[in-house]
Amino acid sequence: MKKLSLFALLVLVVRRDLVLAMRRRADVLTTLFFFVMVVSLFPLGVGPEMDMLRKMAPGVLWVAALLASMLSLGRLFSADYLDGTLEQMLLAPQSLSVLVLGKMASHWMVSGLPLVLMTPVLGLQFDMTVEGIGVLMLGLLLGTPILSMVGAIGAALTLGLRGGGVLLSLLVLPLCIPVLIFGTGAVQAVTSGLNVSAHLSLMGALLVLALAFTPWVTAQALRISME
Amino acid sequence: MLEISNLACSRGDHRLFSGLSFSLYPGQIMQIQGANGSGKTSLLRTLCGFITPDEGKIAWCGEDVRTLAEDYYAQMMYLGHLNAIKDELSALENLMISAGMSGVQLSESDAILALRRMGLKGRERLPTKVLSQGQRRRVSLARLLVSDAKLWILDEPLAALDVGAVAMIGDLIGEHLAQQGMVIFTTHQPLTVDGIEMRSLMLS
Repeated sequence: MKKLSLFALLVLVVRRDLVLAMRRRADVLTTLFFFVMVVSLFPLGVGPEMDMLRKMAPGVLWVAALLASMLSLGRLFSADYLDGTLEQMLLAPQSLSVLVLGKMASHWMVSGLPLVLMTPVLGLQFDMTVEGIGVLMLGLLLGTPILSMVGAIGAALTLGLRGGGVLLSLLVLPLCIPVLIFGTGAVQAVTSGLNVSAHLSLMGALLVLALAFTPWVTAQALRISME
Repeated sequence: MLEISNLACSRGDHRLFSGLSFSLYPGQIMQIQGANGSGKTSLLRTLCGFITPDEGKIAWCGEDVRTLAEDYYAQMMYLGHLNAIKDELSALENLMISAGMSGVQLSESDAILALRRMGLKGRERLPTKVLSQGQRRRVSLARLLVSDAKLWILDEPLAALDVGAVAMIGDLIGEHLAQQGMVIFTTHQPLTVDGIEMRSLMLS
């Protein structure tokens, strides 16, 4: 029988998770609506003071994105854990890390990417400039995959625990602080007319670092959780 | 071949078994017997590498399975209590994806043939959530047909199956053993494989 290449395996897992997400659309939409709701509540709560809103915008959007990604992380491995698919994944003869990377990628596509695409609409509520929105989107585009990848480690470690959701947030949120700082820093830099490349480069470096290490660490965490 | 020497395993503070030694050679089948809670599933999960044994060694062709890791996984197939199928996917999708994850590229026609042999003709493209328990089990067992693994580790493979399906699994195991395969399984139902001597191991 023909052996599957690692890339084909990656594509298989991503496709599987995307098909599952499309057939369970409610899960995807709750994350997105949560993000839209949280962000929209701020202009209503703070009132129409444009200066203040403009200053708050990057922070509010980033924190909301962080919370929205926490919301969906619990589901990353739990469904596979409950129906036994995860056991089969651990016995995959090729590479568990590649399988995990595929799950991270599809998790980002259904929970991170929609947030990035929603950002321009939400940015308008805060009267952000076009450059500001552009940099914010770029930052989110680089940063949300990091949230999915770092979050996956937490999701793997808290697998099968009661109250795992809260513990997961406590574990993962502190690790996401650098992403938050560089992401909001980039928008503040562009609004005050400074160069944004430093912030975005650091974010890119974090992304590369996460790509290199988190799949392996998550794979090990899954093996520990399965005992 | 699979060699177990002096294996001990505990869950929590409770020692399930210790000093367990046996070997399984190509063409042999072994049934693990024991009361509920005697550690049958734990033994099988230890053989899969999910559980680290307290003591002892599990060797595949002379090498420790922990060092072999993925080379060992390529030659074994585990079917647990859980079916490992997704309700939202059809029987066909489930089979093709699980074959893919175990490293085998399966064509759609082969997958359909395997499902038909498992008695799921006409139900290949239905979402598995509309299938009965026994039919879901058949979807899960269809993986045995499309795998080229040498060692089958089956935990209660006959649960929820009807008489016809049980006989079919018996035939399937017979074919696998005839091709120098190995099977280690647990069951509470009688399973006969024609012309094969069934070894058994009693856990107490």
